[in-house]
Amino acid sequence: MTSPQARRLLALVLLAAGPVLVLGALFVLPVAGMVAEGFVVDGQFAPGAVLDVLARPRVHRVAWFTVWTSGLATVLAVVLGLPAAYALHRLALPGRAAVRAALLVPFVLPTVVVGVAFRQLLGEGGPLGFLGLDGTPVAIVLGLVFFNVAVVVRTVGVAWESLDPRPGQAAAALGATPWQVLRTVTLPALRPAIVGAASIVFLFCATAFGIVLTLGGVRHATIETEIYLLTTTVFDLQAAAALSVLQIVAVVCLLALAARLRATPDPTTQRAVAPVRAVRRSDAPVVVATVLVLVAMLLPILTLVLGSLSVGDGWGLDNYRALTTTGEDQALLVPVTTALATSLRTAVDATWMALLVGGSVALIVTRRSHFVAERRLRSTLDGLFMLPLGVSAVTLGFGFLITLDEPPLDLRDSPLLVPMAQALVALPLVVRTLTPVLGGIDDQQRQAAASLGASPWRTLLTVDLPVAWKPMLAASGFAFAASLGEFGATSFLARDTDPTLPVVIFRLIGHPGAMNYGMALAASVVLAVATAAVMLAVERLRVPGVGAF
Amino acid sequence: MLQLTDVTVRYGDTAAVDHVSLDLAPGQVLAVLGPSGCGKSTLLRAVAGLEPLDAGSISWDGADLAGVPTHKRGFALMFQDGQLFAHLTVARNVAYALRLRRTPSARLAERVRELLELVGLAGYDDRLPGTLSGGERQRVALARALAVEPRLILLDEPLSALDASLRERLAGDLREILHAAGTTALLVTHDHEEAFALADRLAVMRAGHVVQQGAIDEVWREPVDEETALFLGYARVLRDQAARRVLDAAGLPSAYAVALRRSALVVDDDGPLRAVVESARVTPELVRLVVGVEGVGTVDAVGPLGGRIAPGDEVSLRVDVTRLAVPPITARS
Repeated sequence: MTSPQARRLLALVLLAAGPVLVLGALFVLPVAGMVAEGFVVDGQFAPGAVLDVLARPRVHRVAWFTVWTSGLATVLAVVLGLPAAYALHRLALPGRAAVRAALLVPFVLPTVVVGVAFRQLLGEGGPLGFLGLDGTPVAIVLGLVFFNVAVVVRTVGVAWESLDPRPGQAAAALGATPWQVLRTVTLPALRPAIVGAASIVFLFCATAFGIVLTLGGVRHATIETEIYLLTTTVFDLQAAAALSVLQIVAVVCLLALAARLRATPDPTTQRAVAPVRAVRRSDAPVVVATVLVLVAMLLPILTLVLGSLSVGDGWGLDNYRALTTTGEDQALLVPVTTALATSLRTAVDATWMALLVGGSVALIVTRRSHFVAERRLRSTLDGLFMLPLGVSAVTLGFGFLITLDEPPLDLRDSPLLVPMAQALVALPLVVRTLTPVLGGIDDQQRQAAASLGASPWRTLLTVDLPVAWKPMLAASGFAFAASLGEFGATSFLARDTDPTLPVVIFRLIGHPGAMNYGMALAASVVLAVATAAVMLAVERLRVPGVGAF
Repeated sequence: MLQLTDVTVRYGDTAAVDHVSLDLAPGQVLAVLGPSGCGKSTLLRAVAGLEPLDAGSISWDGADLAGVPTHKRGFALMFQDGQLFAHLTVARNVAYALRLRRTPSARLAERVRELLELVGLAGYDDRLPGTLSGGERQRVALARALAVEPRLILLDEPLSALDASLRERLAGDLREILHAAGTTALLVTHDHEEAFALADRLAVMRAGHVVQQGAIDEVWREPVDEETALFLGYARVLRDQAARRVLDAAGLPSAYAVALRRSALVVDDDGPLRAVVESARVTPELVRLVVGVEGVGTVDAVGPLGGRIAPGDEVSLRVDVTRLAVPPITARS
């Protein structure tokens, strides 16, 4: 290796050192700690116990349940998402932007809120209570689909939007019917986006926590909720660790697969958005399907809102007024309003952390590589920072608890502990939003700026920043919303005296009492409104890649 | 035969194509020539069925095509950059339409071989579009369009994405292939050389209107107005006194205006016009001059190589009547 190459590599390693250290201390260390819990017994390395756990029939049941519910939910999400992706990204539907934003909301809705909404919808006395789905695996699958349709719509929609319509037109001119065009030209071109979206959705489903816990309880456990139950109620840490390992291995494989399948757009070509087309009569099936998806999305939320407004036999704001109290029978230690303030404060901290780390990662991985070793290093970094996307938030939270409790990293009493965990969960979202934007800037623009006498800093300010500030704002909003709703890790880490809103909601639905349940509904609405408001603001920024993976 | 009657296509308030009427007889190649943004591509897309009409009609052999979707029109469309399907090999691209029609595989293979031979790409069957040069891609696109023997082939600036030398070669090939296949073709382009190389008939389009149409040499000889003349490659349009003087020197009947190509005035010691050379530039074939002609003004002229003509020299010029046109312009227009 010649010395300029060595210098470049060194500079890259130094630049990457910050984010990697953060990830190491706050992600690898806790997760490794959690894993070690299973493998090390009384200071001895004993992997046998882990294998014993994996042989348990209940573990097999749990693993199979995870796979089939996630698989089914993924298929459903893709089938429902494709027509909506087309209609919302290619057709000039009235109210398109609003619908797109509305469909993005479920994705960032706090899992606990969605759990509550589905129970309200499917439970006894709910509008769909007669279906008898409450507490069944079907309810869990529906909940998972509800969350992830947005991911398919976004990811595939963005790809569809930038798909050149002309090959399709060329095919039509060669005599292909619209159906044949779809099958022979459009779908092959979209395949990377569809497969990528499906693998990410599967990942989200398989590691979903709040929704499965609220809808499935102990009876229908996935690996993720099983880890939680094993650590918090059964105290079988070894089994929990074994499941964590199983999950991490599966996730890493899936992520590697997703990365391979993800379309890697040529960074030198500008992303062109094809103009939308007027709606024709032949579009009716697609439009109807989209409206149905939208209705299905709105139904649980609507039920939730109505439930929060019903008091006894009539309607009223009593549930909302009760939010300043600690609930019936002192269900809580602090009023819900205090928890809301804590949530907002935490989210602000998590956002700047995620943006700082995610921004530097995006910047590092999108710089053009000059030789092979450099490119490898960059793509490894890219993959590394996607890890928190798939690793169980529960594992992370519990790992935080058991590893960050002694100097030099004693963070147990730090007010930044919860924000740190949330920032890690939001990190991949930030990286995924910023990387395509920064990667899309033609490197020749930077070279042109440099040749006109701009220093690297100046280049960053004049070339990168003008393109990236909106996506950065969007990524902040996304991180903020994700942090507001984060439940898995927070449920471990938030102190009882300082709970966040999702934690409070979960506690309220666990306590008996009509008032507590009403408060849970009202608090859910408040949380949903807060996250939805943030996402609507993000959508207004019109950054194409937000929510696409 | 293709017939366009009063075709209008609007984008919002602006009419991209405004009351355009054209006819195209079987076996003919019609070029629609116009600057970028004149609406010619929209016109082509409307014929293909990709743009809805706001008024007028497009018909084939007397049958109105309104409501006939693109894939049922039987018009093959060839895009500027080919638009090959990147995930299919060359052979599969060419066979695309044949497969749609469930052509038996033996017949299909034979037809693909035939077509690839026709466009000079025999043996390219298994290549992917990404590995081809621009010219090769255009040839594959042409073979793909010809595969089903379309009743009309629509060409959107088929050569303009190519570099100059390739363009010239492919233009000749394209014309030969189109004529050999007896295909009726509608071509849109902004390049008059491309139009002349390929077409029998010419329609000049500007700001959504067809301002002139006719046989190609006819339009060439008599551009309808100054803008058309300039667009067809005429260098200057002289009016009034200047025009009369040039026409007189050429021995032609007097007219209000005359359009001159850059080589319309030739240095000739016996020529009737006197001029002072303002600048001279040597090119591989001849010397291009800018001269001030008495009673005419500044115009272009050409001289023989090796004549040692320098700025400030006085020269005599004759007029080459094949290199001028007399547009029907009057003092008012």
